[in-house]
Amino acid sequence: MMTEAAPLRTRALSLTTEGITKSFGPMRALDDVSVQVGAGSFHALLGENGAGKSTLVKCVMGFYQADAGAVLLDGTRMALPSPRAAQAQGIGMVYQHFTLVPCLTAAENLVMARADAPAVLNWRAETRALEAFMDRMPFRVRLGAQVADLSAGEKQKLEILKLLYLDQRFLILDEPTSVMTPGEADEVLTLLRGMAERREITVLMISHKFREVKAFCDSFTVLRRGQVTGGGDAQTASVAEMSRMMIGETTLRERAARQDRVAAQPRLSLQDVSAVDETGRHVVERVSLGIGAGEIVGIAGVSGNGQSALVEVLSGQRPMTGGHMTVDGAPFSPRRADFDRFKVFGLPEEPLRNAVVPRMSVAENLAFRRFDKPPLAGRLGLISPARLRAEGDALIRRYNVKTRSADAPVETLSGGNVQRTVLARELSGDVDVLIVANPCFGLDFASVAEIRAQIMDQRNRGAAVLLISEDLDEILELADRIAVMSEGRLGPATAVEDTDRAEIGRRMGGH
Amino acid sequence: MSADLLIVFYAMIGGAIRVSTPFLFVALGECLTEKSGRINLGLEGNLILGAMVAYAVSYNNGSPWLGVLAAGGAGVVLGAAHGWICKLPKVNDIAVGLAFMSLGTGLAFFFGKPYIQPSAPRLASLPMGGWSQNPQVQQALQVNPLFFVGIVLAVVLWWALRNTRAGLTVRMVGDSAASARAMGININTVRLLATAAGGFLAGVGGAFLSLSYPGSWNEGLSSGQGLMAVALVIFARWNPLRCVLAALLFGAAGALGPSLQAIGVTYGYHFFNAAPYILTLGIMVASARSKSAAQEAPRELSIVK
Repeated sequence: MMTEAAPLRTRALSLTTEGITKSFGPMRALDDVSVQVGAGSFHALLGENGAGKSTLVKCVMGFYQADAGAVLLDGTRMALPSPRAAQAQGIGMVYQHFTLVPCLTAAENLVMARADAPAVLNWRAETRALEAFMDRMPFRVRLGAQVADLSAGEKQKLEILKLLYLDQRFLILDEPTSVMTPGEADEVLTLLRGMAERREITVLMISHKFREVKAFCDSFTVLRRGQVTGGGDAQTASVAEMSRMMIGETTLRERAARQDRVAAQPRLSLQDVSAVDETGRHVVERVSLGIGAGEIVGIAGVSGNGQSALVEVLSGQRPMTGGHMTVDGAPFSPRRADFDRFKVFGLPEEPLRNAVVPRMSVAENLAFRRFDKPPLAGRLGLISPARLRAEGDALIRRYNVKTRSADAPVETLSGGNVQRTVLARELSGDVDVLIVANPCFGLDFASVAEIRAQIMDQRNRGAAVLLISEDLDEILELADRIAVMSEGRLGPATAVEDTDRAEIGRRMGGH
Repeated sequence: MSADLLIVFYAMIGGAIRVSTPFLFVALGECLTEKSGRINLGLEGNLILGAMVAYAVSYNNGSPWLGVLAAGGAGVVLGAAHGWICKLPKVNDIAVGLAFMSLGTGLAFFFGKPYIQPSAPRLASLPMGGWSQNPQVQQALQVNPLFFVGIVLAVVLWWALRNTRAGLTVRMVGDSAASARAMGININTVRLLATAAGGFLAGVGGAFLSLSYPGSWNEGLSSGQGLMAVALVIFARWNPLRCVLAALLFGAAGALGPSLQAIGVTYGYHFFNAAPYILTLGIMVASARSKSAAQEAPRELSIVK
């Protein structure tokens, strides 16, 4: 398995794809894609969601077989029929979802990842070998810890360690820093870059964070709609150039227009709100926050620090174990009657899971707020399908939802149109309080701009908006005040003018 | 009165040892199956079919140990069939398990009719109470070798789940199918083997019922012990060693009714006989609320997801 502490020679692999083409049915996901990654380079693969980045690396990893084209490793054509074959050649990938087994320890995960794990394991010898391996590595993970107990950042580090332990010399990283604090991300990327500079490994990193690309990568390739639209030296190319390659000739978004807010009493107020997860651990701890009318408060944080749980509390999906909430001074509990009374609306994350019933029609989903009240329901509480449908059609037109018809199940819509459906339902009336969580996750540029404009519009019309997002740029663009959530606790909300990225990053790490 | 209490105590010890054996085998089988991420509720069927097959083979061949093996074989067939059907797309393992419970029971009743009357050679018990002059102690410590086999198996299973590649593979498959698949493990094969092995153990548990205690074949033999053993696995939090303790507890509860009757407590006989069922219910309620159970459950189980 491991080359025993041998001086790491020039072992980095170079990889070239030549004219890779891959179609799924009528959709051409990759069209004649040629990418060159030199040995020992730290190469960024940039592109929007759906640009074909994942498809390309999956072709390299042997998950997909390209319709045409070839993969060359150190100049030699390689047949990569399966992920196993790719791994045998020294190509390893860290996926966005974890491939670690939660119930096993870090050590057990590493040993079992080996193809030659012995039938009976001698843990004493294995642990000694693993300790020796860890000593050679730039970062460490506690070997005896159960993976389920590791933080997301530690898991990501362990995933990378696993590849190095398996002696993979061409590492593909799929947005590796999305679950790390900025500090952790910088640490890991710095160390990987060091290994690449010593020509021990080659790194291909999928990313859409320009900051990381500029700071750590030496070359880059941009994909757009399955085609290479550019590439070059990551140090000399400007961010504007890269983003133009990514999104085409549309202009970059401005910071959304905002009207000055009027100082007011907090409209939505949270006092010492707490909640626990399924195992009884506190995931939201005594969160207090006030949001005024005509104000957006953004909550930043690394995913998994209680933000989702807080949204679930506010939307009534998770019981509150302590504290209380008020709207305009009156006690508010997250039930349907209070949502109506206080005009509280929400755009939860993963709308297909949290905001719509996937198999019900678009019109029915649009009517969730009002189906049992006039005019949709008659005097006996009977729903009028005709009125429900007419209402649905009107909203579909007004919010430009692309659907076959109002009767199509909402799960048949694209991600952007599902989000537009929710938007149409939640924002078409008077809104006093708006709770938004990761509203633009996985959406294309056009939808993102539109959805952010809608949120800003609600603010300008006097709604109190709580915006929870893992995308710091989104928060910096929209919010008036920013608070950081870390390990279930919410820090103080500071005006966006009085803080900066570094300060927020520090607080995201819990400092 | 204190002599009576002593009798009850001895009877419950003996009962714990005797009655616990089938619980233990089914629980270990279910534990292994669930560790691989599948639930086989059909083990009740394995238990009954195993009891019938063991009795029939022992009667026809005169060798009770051959009967035990045959019972295990019948269990393997049922378990493998369960595992094979469950790998088909969109099949629910719980529904299949219920079907297999009926199938195993039905097969046993159908083929077992001729064996209700005749008497088959039984498994000899080991007298472990020779050191005592007390006949009750001697009686209580008539221990069937299968009990020791079960305990050794529990230890071996516990060890193997953390120290062998096969054991870790089973746990990986049961905890994160996606990760196991990414490592090139065929999760369906692992689950099929785990379910078949679990079926074997449950079949052996059945052999104990008909060849040792109660030691005859009839249709009311199991009275739901196979199902209770599934609850027992949850109580034992998927740990084979805790399965032993849980099985002993269930065995003692099962012996409560008969031993009270032995000292002449006539009231509440049916109530005391129901002790294991009440215990099962209590354990299900308690473990449904238990947070550590929720954490230790294999994450691929369909009831956990």
